[in-house]
Parts: sequence; C-alpha cells; structure tokens
Amino acid sequence: MEKGGIIKHDLNKSPKTGNWRYVRPEVDASKCIGCTTCVLPCPDASIEMRRRSKEEKKISPKLAQEKEIADIDYEYCKGCGVCAQVCPMKAIVMKK
Amino acid sequence: MNKELSKKLSSGHATCAGCGIPAIVRTVLGATDEDVIVSNATGCLEVTTTIYPSTSWKVPYIHSVFGNAAATAAGIDAAQKAISKKNGKKFKPAKIVAFGGDGGTYDIGLQALSGALERGHDFLYVCYDNGGYMNTGGQRSGATPYGANTETVPAGIESFGKTQQRKDLMEIVKAHGIKYLAQANAAYLPDLKRKAQKALNTPGPSFLLVLQPCTQVWKFPTSQYVAVGKLATETNFWPLYEIEDGKYTINNVVKNPKPIEEFLKTQGRFKHLFAEKNKDVVVEIQKVVNENMEKLVKKAQIS
Repeated sequence: MEKGGIIKHDLNKSPKTGNWRYVRPEVDASKCIGCTTCVLPCPDASIEMRRRSKEEKKISPKLAQEKEIADIDYEYCKGCGVCAQVCPMKAIVMKK
Repeated sequence: MNKELSKKLSSGHATCAGCGIPAIVRTVLGATDEDVIVSNATGCLEVTTTIYPSTSWKVPYIHSVFGNAAATAAGIDAAQKAISKKNGKKFKPAKIVAFGGDGGTYDIGLQALSGALERGHDFLYVCYDNGGYMNTGGQRSGATPYGANTETVPAGIESFGKTQQRKDLMEIVKAHGIKYLAQANAAYLPDLKRKAQKALNTPGPSFLLVLQPCTQVWKFPTSQYVAVGKLATETNFWPLYEIEDGKYTINNVVKNPKPIEEFLKTQGRFKHLFAEKNKDVVVEIQKVVNENMEKLVKKAQIS
C-alpha cells in the first residue's frame, strides 16, 4: 500500500475470474452478424469485437461482408450466459 | 477484456456471475470523457470491486462508511471549489459520481443524500436498486417490493412476505427541487447512457435511480438479468422516465402492458404468491402498479 492508504489498480493482483466458469460461451462464426448487442451487458467486459479470420470468412461467405465477430476473453468470463441470452441470432451457445 | 469498457472499472472484480451492477457503472462513467472521482456507499459494488490488496477502479475512488456516499461527494465538491478559488482557471474540476445501492440510499444514506441535494453540490448520485441488502443475504429494505420473500420478512404459513409498499424515492428526491433526475433500468443501457450524459452536464446535483435485477436474491438463472429487467419495464412495474426542471417525460410508453404475473413468475422470491391463498396479493400488486402508472401519466400531462 502506498503512503496515505492509496491502493493503485494492478490487474495482476486481481482475481482471474475465468476460473469461476462451469459453462463456456462459444461464438458460432456462421451465425454472428457483428451487431454488438452482447458487448455492453457483459458484467465482466469480456466481449470485444474483432476482425474475422480467414477461416471464419470461409465458414459463411454471406456473413464475411460483416466485418466483425464477437470475441470472448476466457480469462475473466464467469460464464453467466447473459451474452447467449441477449444474442438475437442465438450465435452464442453455452457449452459444458 | 474489452479495452474501451474497462477504462474506468476493470475486469477481475468479484460481482456474482450475471450481475448487472458493473454494466451500470461502466455505462454511467462511459458517458463522459472528463476526469471523474467516484464516491461509493457500502454495498455489493464496494465489497466486490475493492478486495484487498487489489482494486478494480482505475479512477480515484473513495469509500468511507455505509450511509455516507453523498456526504463524501459533497466534501469532494467543496474541496474542488476551494482549490479552484485558490488556483483560478488553471484547475479543471473533475466530475463527481456517487454510487449507492438501495440500502445505502433509501434507508441508511437518505439523510446524507438529502443534505447534499439541499446544499446544491455539483455531483451525480446513482442508486442501483436491487431491492434489498443483497451482499448480506437479502434482508428487506425500503425498496423491496410488496409481497417479496426476504430473509427478514420470510413468506410462510402466516406471512406472504413484505407487507409494505416500496418507498417512492423519486418523489422524495424531486422534492429537493433539483434540476435533473431520472429512472432507468440496467436492461436498457443506451437509455441509461443518454440519461447519464444529461445528468453529468447538469450543473448542481442530479440523480439516477437504476433498476438492477439481482440473480442471487431475486432467484433467477444468472443469464437472465436483461430479460427480467425488460419485463419490469414492459409490465409498467418500472417505467422509464425523467424529470427536467419539474417536467415529467415518460421515455417508453408501453401500449399493451403485460400482466404483472409475467414479471413475478420469473423470480423465486415471488414463488409463494402463486399459491391459491396468496391470489389477493398479486391482485393488490397489479392494482398498485396500475395506480402508480396512472399517476405518472397524469403528472406528465400536467407538467
């Protein structure tokens, strides 16, 4: 602790909440339309949009024009399932 | 980890899986690009984000005692005013945001909040309302709805749960004559962001009351906080509205409100109300929801 009782943010000291998870959300590249609906409600800010990889573009050429796909950070995702519930395309599936 | 969202409140905090509080905090703090100082009442948000020796806060954050979030915010405001008097235009004051749960706002923090509003300090108070003292196991508070089963008013053979109606905090805060206050919902984050922007740009005190469905004590699956929150608004249990200079605006006029049972049946804390002997309680809840909505519509018409 610093002088004056100040505690500074240090991500390394924070708990890695990913180990709470018992169901794992997985993004189906053939269904995700990149609408970003799941990003804001995620309690752990674990979802970020990223460019589609070449393989993901091949999975669904129709969706390849949509530039982005949801990407989940499993280091902090607690597996609550809010993203799967809000997804309008049912593109996120909770797997054991 | 989403870089943009975790700018002010980082990941790696210990709120329950499926809790709406971090989304509320990120949305409110994300509504401004200016510096912010956060004051926090004791509650779920405080105990889960500040576990020694780590902190999830990347902005200056103060927690003093349970009922004291508004008084601390008032102190920060007074200090900033004193510094800016001394330094003149060189000093740019930060925005002050106080977060409190319903226990730290409706019950224990009410006099500190009232004092800070009355003195006209320049700050935003955000109350996340999950209807009880959730981090100590779900005791009743002034915000717990009628008929809910809680640890201190358990439903059973004699009792149907809480026998009192919720306190109308919006009217209490409005009575202080503040410029901007609004009721929002964790399930409608773009609406919350717009309201937070308005509130932060209002000089003097402003207030936001945000519904926060609690997966643990309301007893629903962790994935459902958005769905339950949406039902609260769609049944008119939690209308979204704002009051600017005394003028009421209802943000979502629900044309065909769903019956209140739709909202109640999603949650374990109302399970006992669906027994034959508690039918009257559900009728009473529906009656009060309708009356409150009628009152609100009238206020919006005359103001």
